[in-house]
Amino acid sequence: MTPGLSTRELMFEAASRAYEDAGIDPRKDVQSFVCCTEDFWEGISITDEYMPDQLGAVLRPLCTISSDGIIGLATACMHIMSGVADVAVVESHSKLSDVLNPSEIMSFGFDPVYAHNHIDVDPRFLAGMEMARYLKDSGTRREDCAQVAVKNKKNALSNPRAVHAASLDKKTVLNSQPTASPLTELESSKGIDASIVFVLASAKKARKLGDHTVWIRGIGWSSDTPVVEDRDFGWADYVEQAASRAYKMAGIGVPASYFNLAEVDDTYSYKELQSIEALKLAKKGKAGRMLESGSFDHDGRLPVNASGGSLGVGHLLEATGLHRTLEAVLQLRGQAGSLQIPKAKKALVQSWRGLPTATGAVAVLSN
Amino acid sequence: MSQKITNYPGHEITHEDQKERRYLDIEYKFVPRYSWAAGVAISRFLDELKEGRIIARKCNQCERILVPPRMYCEQCYRPTDQWVQIKDTGTVNTFSISHVGTDARRLKTPILVAVVDLDGASPGMGILHNLGEVEPSNIRIGMKVQAVWKQPSERQGAITDIRYFKPLEA
Amino acid sequence: MLESPKELSFEASRMALDAAGLTLKDIQSVVSGSAPDAFDGVHMKGEYYLDGMGAIGKPHQRVYVGGGTGVFTPIGGWWNVASGMYDTCLCVAEEKMSPLHPHPQYAFWSIFDQILERPLGTTLLWIFSLEMRRYMHKYGIKEEEIAEVAVKNKGNAIDHPCAQLGAKITVDDVMNSEPICSPVKRLDVSPPSDGAAAVVLASERVAKKLTDEPVWLDGVGWTLDTTHWTNRDLAYPEYVEKAAKMAYKMAGIKNPRKEIDIAEPYDPFDYKELHHLEGLQLAGKGEAPKMTVDGVTQRDGDLPVCPSGGLLGVGNPIAAAGMMKICELFWQLRGEAGKRQVKKDARTGVAQAWGDLMQVGTVTVMRR
Repeated sequence: MTPGLSTRELMFEAASRAYEDAGIDPRKDVQSFVCCTEDFWEGISITDEYMPDQLGAVLRPLCTISSDGIIGLATACMHIMSGVADVAVVESHSKLSDVLNPSEIMSFGFDPVYAHNHIDVDPRFLAGMEMARYLKDSGTRREDCAQVAVKNKKNALSNPRAVHAASLDKKTVLNSQPTASPLTELESSKGIDASIVFVLASAKKARKLGDHTVWIRGIGWSSDTPVVEDRDFGWADYVEQAASRAYKMAGIGVPASYFNLAEVDDTYSYKELQSIEALKLAKKGKAGRMLESGSFDHDGRLPVNASGGSLGVGHLLEATGLHRTLEAVLQLRGQAGSLQIPKAKKALVQSWRGLPTATGAVAVLSN
Repeated sequence: MSQKITNYPGHEITHEDQKERRYLDIEYKFVPRYSWAAGVAISRFLDELKEGRIIARKCNQCERILVPPRMYCEQCYRPTDQWVQIKDTGTVNTFSISHVGTDARRLKTPILVAVVDLDGASPGMGILHNLGEVEPSNIRIGMKVQAVWKQPSERQGAITDIRYFKPLEA
Repeated sequence: MLESPKELSFEASRMALDAAGLTLKDIQSVVSGSAPDAFDGVHMKGEYYLDGMGAIGKPHQRVYVGGGTGVFTPIGGWWNVASGMYDTCLCVAEEKMSPLHPHPQYAFWSIFDQILERPLGTTLLWIFSLEMRRYMHKYGIKEEEIAEVAVKNKGNAIDHPCAQLGAKITVDDVMNSEPICSPVKRLDVSPPSDGAAAVVLASERVAKKLTDEPVWLDGVGWTLDTTHWTNRDLAYPEYVEKAAKMAYKMAGIKNPRKEIDIAEPYDPFDYKELHHLEGLQLAGKGEAPKMTVDGVTQRDGDLPVCPSGGLLGVGNPIAAAGMMKICELFWQLRGEAGKRQVKKDARTGVAQAWGDLMQVGTVTVMRR
């Protein structure tokens, strides 16, 4: 939580650090700025209005994409690929500490005619329903979901950015307060504040800027139907679609053996397993077993959420995708400190926009 | 519309239709609640307002004195350097006389609103506020005005600690 | 309108696809534009209406730059195609303002700074009237000259089938209309509306297969000015100038006044058309009113401006309004605008929208 700083001051801090790291002057060197925000999380209509100054974007091209941070990265990529920018900046943030009734705001995202007015409970009932269906369809054991929370919160103990790290066992997680069964509170990530800024550049420019470059090899995003009742709750279609686009762009044939690490969506514990399968990192129904055997541990064959994920660090609303990306970028640069995975060369990042959406994005990164 | 298109979809309805609820509608009220962190710059600004003072920030590079104060200079893109006390008098940069409220209802007494460029700040550094104790027909761009403050006991550390700006006595 | 946001989006998208002779299967990505979520009454409304926009299973981006969104939506489509990532992109702008009670205007209260401005009871009309007065003061422009724009646009709108306020009015009608927020009067303003508009963008290769008469998006530009609008001189829209220059450079336009045949600047208020014409470099500073009074901007003039009837005549569903202008230029450049067709042979047009706290300029240059 950051009560001492306003959202804009927080963004200025993050942007200043990013520009310093990239060695650029935003007033001269940047041709496009992209922000990812949603009005109701900010409490302002047209949040775009309050973005330029603190990013150095006054009288520069700045736009707002109302979506997850990775889709913002994709937008910046398209700006660079179309030639309209050589250097583009992407920013997203969460200032959840400013929001007093986040649960109601989340409910406000539900269909106003069919859902919002008739169901007066914590909106995470939708996650509970999805989890129940996923467990049934995939045959995943209930305790495997709990293990996701255990793994991620334990990983987070080594992450200096983490707020919700903890050393727990499966039993404690399973017995924690139910949110919307079968989902429990310890398996439901909690929001924190942060602002994350990335500087992207064309290949030509990047080579001049420094030796810490991380490359985006492929990026894809997709949305499933907003009509919740029409979805296949058991399978994350939007992840599969987004991933296939990213893999195609990066020329990846067998994702399961391609990556050294993955930072995937774990807004709710079951989401990590469901996403792993839709990302084709594990066969359908096998993610739980692989988790149990340690494949996804920090020292496993494919570390998933070595950073601690949203469960361990905290959830960042629209900036969650950028958070996953940040953790992966630090790994690929060899700057992950005690979290460092040795010889990290190829990373997968994936995010989801949260309830009640079925929109997600995937990016393939390498150094 | 293209002259090739002859079939225009859409059913127009009127405000009366809506008011009389001639079509099925669902009404709901939603109250999102926030407690915005004012941050370093505005917190100080509000604290000073409570004391009956207006404070600004200076950027030593471009030498501008900025109000509303901010911890970063958006032109130089660097942190601003020092607090500067400025006056509570200024010049009307532009003004308007509003006859409608926020919900488009007609007001009995029009609200006088202006951008006031404050003395002591860099040229053009204005803030939005109301005007008072002046006939609407007498307001001019370039008019000198001064702040009328609430009594110290009534002030809360808000922009409304200034009641309005009135013409500066000659 | 009776239609829900999803239905409005569907109708517009369907019409665009039909006009292009395509089905949803041919569309590779979707860009949508819609302004404040507060109007429709749904959080994350980009997720809510995406089925109406045909975006299920597709990459979808919602762009949101306030009132500038309408012209920014096809710019979003442009980067989807120009980047080489996609060959076809459906761009849809939708706005439904009527759900908000007691009046859609109320949503605009929340665009203002929570601490420094909202407590004063700020309304959207304040900032426009403050800007109008500053513009009039700096260049010595009279309200009657500005009123000519309202007369022209509402008159033009009579020929637009979707027009809300098409009417034959006079300068006196405007001057005698109810003062809302001086100097803004009722007939100086556009109404809140519901609407949607859509276009299909395609890469060069695909466009040539689909039609013999493509209209090209040759230049795009966008710029955002500082949040602190009270620190700016409101008399001149510098952000429009920068956005226009970005678009003109891309389109290879060196002398806009000579090379642009037709313009659709954003006109939610009559003075804005003039203000924006100057920002677009189509008139010198303070000189746009004279162009209007002299008839240069009429449909049969040398530089027709808002032949559609603009927002003043057709309506102002915030995001969809800008897209309406893009559509109008499309039809004008192809000679399909029927009764609204401008007299001159138009080959190059510019559309512009504006929004946020009077900060954003979005510009596109379209060519036949």
